Amino acid sequence: MENQLLSIITFLPLVAAIILALFMRGDDAAARQGAKWLALFTTTATFVISLFILFRFDPSNTGFQFVEERQWILGLSYKMGVDGISILFVMLTTFLMPITIWSCWGVETRVKEYMIAFLVLETLMLGVFCALDLVLFYLFFEAGLIPMFLIIGIWGGKDRIYAAFKFFLYTFLGSVLMLVAMIAMYLDAGTTDIVKLLAHDFGHETFSLLGFQVVGGLQTMLFLAFFASFAVKMPMWPVHTWLPDAHVQAPTAGSVVLAAILLKMGGYGFLRFSLPMFPVGSDVMAPLVLWMSAIAIVYTSLVALAQTDMKKLIAYSSVAHMGYVTMGIFAANQQGVDGAIFQMLSHGFISGALFLCVGVIYDRMHTREIDAYGGLVNRMPAYALVFMFFTMANVGLPGTSGFVGEFLTLMGIFQVNTWVAAVAATGVILSAGYALWLYRRVVFGDLIKEALKSITDMDRREKAIFAPLIAMTLILGVYPSLVTDIIGPSVEALVTDYQAAQPADGLALNEGHSE
Amino acid sequence: MATIILFAPLIGAIICGFGWRLIGEKAGQVITTALVFLAAALSWQIFLTFDGETQHITLLRWIESGTMGSEWAIRLDRLTAIMLVVVNSVSALVHLYSFGYMAHDDNWHEGEHYKARFFAYLSFFTFSMLMLVTSDNLVQMFFGWEGVGVASYLLIGFYYRKASANAAAMKAFIVNRVGDFGFALGIFALFYLTDSIRFDDVFAAAPALAETNLTFLWSDWNAANLVGVLLFIGAMGKSAQLFLHTWLPDAMEGPTPVSALIHAATMVTAGVFLVCRMSPLYEYAPQATAFITILGACTAFVAATIGLVQNDIKRVIAYSTMSQLGYMFVAAGVGVYSVAMFHLFTHAFFKAMLFLGAGSVIHATHHEQDMRNYGGLRKQIPLTFYAMLIGTLAITGVGIPLTHYGFAGFLSKDAVIESAWVGSSFAFGLLVVAACFTSFYSWRLMFLTFFGESRAHGHGHDSHGHGHDAHGHDDHGHGHHEPHESPMVMLIPLGVLALGAIFSGMLWYKVFFGEETAVRDWFGMEQVAHGEAHGETAAHGTETAVTEAAPAATTEAAPVATETASAATAATEAAPAETTAPATTEAAPAETATTEAAPAEGTAVATEAAPAEPTATEAAQAEGHAAAEVHAAGVAPKGALLMLPFTPEEQAVVDTRLDADKAAKAEHAPTTIINAAHLVPTWVKVSPFIAMLIGFAVAWLFYIRDPSLPRRLAAQQRPLYLFLLNKWYFDELYDVIFVRPAKWLGGFLWKRGDGNVIDGSINGVAMGIIPFFTRLAGRAQSGYLFHYAFAMVLGLVALVTWMTLFGGAK
Repeated sequence: MENQLLSIITFLPLVAAIILALFMRGDDAAARQGAKWLALFTTTATFVISLFILFRFDPSNTGFQFVEERQWILGLSYKMGVDGISILFVMLTTFLMPITIWSCWGVETRVKEYMIAFLVLETLMLGVFCALDLVLFYLFFEAGLIPMFLIIGIWGGKDRIYAAFKFFLYTFLGSVLMLVAMIAMYLDAGTTDIVKLLAHDFGHETFSLLGFQVVGGLQTMLFLAFFASFAVKMPMWPVHTWLPDAHVQAPTAGSVVLAAILLKMGGYGFLRFSLPMFPVGSDVMAPLVLWMSAIAIVYTSLVALAQTDMKKLIAYSSVAHMGYVTMGIFAANQQGVDGAIFQMLSHGFISGALFLCVGVIYDRMHTREIDAYGGLVNRMPAYALVFMFFTMANVGLPGTSGFVGEFLTLMGIFQVNTWVAAVAATGVILSAGYALWLYRRVVFGDLIKEALKSITDMDRREKAIFAPLIAMTLILGVYPSLVTDIIGPSVEALVTDYQAAQPADGLALNEGHSE
Repeated sequence: MATIILFAPLIGAIICGFGWRLIGEKAGQVITTALVFLAAALSWQIFLTFDGETQHITLLRWIESGTMGSEWAIRLDRLTAIMLVVVNSVSALVHLYSFGYMAHDDNWHEGEHYKARFFAYLSFFTFSMLMLVTSDNLVQMFFGWEGVGVASYLLIGFYYRKASANAAAMKAFIVNRVGDFGFALGIFALFYLTDSIRFDDVFAAAPALAETNLTFLWSDWNAANLVGVLLFIGAMGKSAQLFLHTWLPDAMEGPTPVSALIHAATMVTAGVFLVCRMSPLYEYAPQATAFITILGACTAFVAATIGLVQNDIKRVIAYSTMSQLGYMFVAAGVGVYSVAMFHLFTHAFFKAMLFLGAGSVIHATHHEQDMRNYGGLRKQIPLTFYAMLIGTLAITGVGIPLTHYGFAGFLSKDAVIESAWVGSSFAFGLLVVAACFTSFYSWRLMFLTFFGESRAHGHGHDSHGHGHDAHGHDDHGHGHHEPHESPMVMLIPLGVLALGAIFSGMLWYKVFFGEETAVRDWFGMEQVAHGEAHGETAAHGTETAVTEAAPAATTEAAPVATETASAATAATEAAPAETTAPATTEAAPAETATTEAAPAEGTAVATEAAPAEPTATEAAQAEGHAAAEVHAAGVAPKGALLMLPFTPEEQAVVDTRLDADKAAKAEHAPTTIINAAHLVPTWVKVSPFIAMLIGFAVAWLFYIRDPSLPRRLAAQQRPLYLFLLNKWYFDELYDVIFVRPAKWLGGFLWKRGDGNVIDGSINGVAMGIIPFFTRLAGRAQSGYLFHYAFAMVLGLVALVTWMTLFGGAK
């Protein structure tokens, strides 16, 4: 039983989706309500079961736990398991999905399909974090595009087709390269088992390709191929432009899942594949990645300053925050990687909540234009409080989870490259700029716009949706050991192996990132 | 007990902020105020009974990652005890005062609830400030640091309908973030160098840092100096020092009790506290402290010049605050941290009182803040007048020269100026001039407000056309009501603070700036042996032999000979070339030359080791200590502060500045700055007093004797006048070089970078492909574009499956 827990949580939402698809008929109010309740019930049950996994998880064991392995169709193996790095992503997903479902209580178009899309999406996301087989991972990873694509394309705003295709094209291009790399890995290692691949030594002898010296050899090539996919998913500068469009067009719940969970797949991929499997390749490319991260932070923060659309602003802020993540990961030390994982979790709560905040007023006014608002605090004090809280969390105020991630990643990078650290740290100034400016224009001031004069404050359901997010943001901010205790040993093992894998005498032409 | 002090305000803030709907606004106000008074009472008990032994109270684990560990913890030493008293006393009085001040507020409509929110914010601020001053590590300090920033943001923007208040709040937060940027980098650097962010570990490693080089950005830096400057950048933001000061005057948009509590007595002094707290580091960072001294002196001067011509009563006091903070930094910069704390301590009383007094004036005149519309208020609000008078006497430094009798500011400010003379004649000069200006603008404020004829309905109001924001809301103001004295809840705090403004200087002079032994005793520092002829290195050696705790040595770095004076000396001498260890490459900072390898193995007190400094350094280098050991290389100095004796070079300079007669007769040789400061020439000692008299006389001439004089002078010196009135054009300058380019760049990157360059190339592809898809989709007769995409992904999945199988078959 215990060994199947991961499969149970992964496929429980899918089962509910199938039930909805097959047995739920009609489109009357009762059916719509039924679909929502079933989805809410299923995702909540999934969360409860995942809690059980968390309590049985042994952080001191750095290997994979709850491993389930069986033969699957066509000679492929089905293998699931979690370690200290992935378990909390599983928790993040199961925790956020009931909140997401509950947040779209007001949706009335194609409700059944909407719920099915989210349930399938949950299965696929959990699959990504649990899969221990390359093919299985790839299936989940790529298939995850489909429900998201549909959510934007069907329930999105008026330019949804453009946004959906942009989203699709970007991620698709990355995926093709990853696919090639996976085949190459299989040919090199003779297995698709991730556990075995982690132990496999991919070659890093420099070779020449089309007249270029490929420092780090095969590892660098593989790294780059994976990088193409993960960097888009993160998204990293300069392949981030799909994200603001996707967010703007996506319905609120879609934005929440996209920002809170889907973006984390890229970061998870770096930690699961790039760093441990291609340590030399990672080290070769680290300076590039670090600089891309630093640029991302400054560039997107500046762009966020210029936005007139609330969702776009928050989307750009997400890109900036993901910059801290990639920076922390490729600092490749304990603080950096701890911080990166922490930042991803924290960003899940905070950005999710911020998109929900936009959703609250979008539901009322049907516009995301910042200029359409102003003075909301006069009629929506509870909303003002919640929005203020998450604005502060977003700018990384100590005491909220946003601080811990930013602080640790910057601390990690400082030990590696002070230039990158200093450039990235300017993000704390810029983030205060755009976040407070947004807040001021939307919430503060006198309420003079006629349309807003009858706006109502959040109702109970809306408050209840925010409550767990506020709680998590605070708890992790005050007692981050809840997270670092779990991820610590696995990260330590990861970092130690990474450092040990670097060739002692350094690589030819390798300037490293030890500035 | 410290735990109760710490959390009482937080509990109050939570009850009042979230529970006032249940218990009522009044109950919320009472509860917060009562809890802060409780905290204040307990703080005084600690302050008066504290024995100087540093205590550590751990509350909860906090951020931990690898070797990085931090806790929520309380560090209780003399420095904390002082700050507890300052913060809680002023906060308690401000809470009480706010009962009266906030009772009616024209910024709110009838029936709106704002008081509970205000009190909750005040208490939340108090909590954050306490977290800052009680922290036992740098990260918790950073928590408090940013926490007070948020509280300040919320309170400056308390009148959230006013655009100017919102703008000021944002500005305060963002400018402070610039400082925090430096502060954070300082913390990272310290962690990198010492592998810890706990104060004790950092302090213990400080002597080693002085001989370590760190590559930061484009160059190699001496680690101690670099960290010192980075941390000071944080202090510059919080304490409104030059270049990061522009937020403080604007912060006066907040309600006046806020200005008294946050922007005068407590939060803005956090930077001074930081520098004093880090004194064991700054003692080894001579260039950083020189920078602090100069910047502090410039701030004191610039702020005082601007204060000369401002018309808004609160802004005058705000610039005065900024100026006084400059004084504190000069004291800290020249190494008399106790004097910096002294001035912080007395300043908290008299400046809070000036603000609360100004609040009382504003309250009395129905939210009029322009001093040109005051006049003659002495008779209408006499109690407020006397309070303000006491505050003015205190800030201008009235006392009997060459004795220790005088108002609080007399003792503490003169202590700063005398110390400045020893440390830096440049700073001394600026401070004396600033003292003259201080006197002028303080008396100008008094004369304009309380003396002369009332200008409330006269020419002043309209002809200047300088309406400021309070006017707009003041719909039942001028002309209808006579100015009225404030209620007792507002006058009692004034009275209490007046006591502080009169007596706090005289009562605590001895322990802050008296005999060195008394000061060291009070702060729990090691006593130093005196009596040797100064000027010899050996003598210095004995004096700092800190700590017998060494043998207890926690570590494998056994022969811990602690930092001897030679360490200090070597520190300053250590040229970058000597210490090659450019802590660059490996994860750990490479072989930092620790000083303990000195000849004096085993023995804790390395008295005779004196002449051998350079060799000691080299020996240490040769051994090549691993980075992780740096923090183990010494033991944190005892007590709340560290004040090392002069190095021989410094001593030589200092000796020329002292009064030779006094120095010869002195009981203690002037080998430390606190001793030396007592031996300065008499003219130095009386100079601030004379400056004060000049300022007073000019103010009297301008505003009592011949009130037309200022206008004539302003007309005559118009460029200078405008320059000062416009605050040296800092705001305009920053707008042009930072704010606008940032906005422009943001728009540019968005439209051009994201839009044209990135999306342009993508769209080229997309626009080619999408119609293609559409046609295909049309052919597929599905009608929906995304069905095709759906099929495509499925196809992809099929592909990988097939590929894998194919590979497997091989």
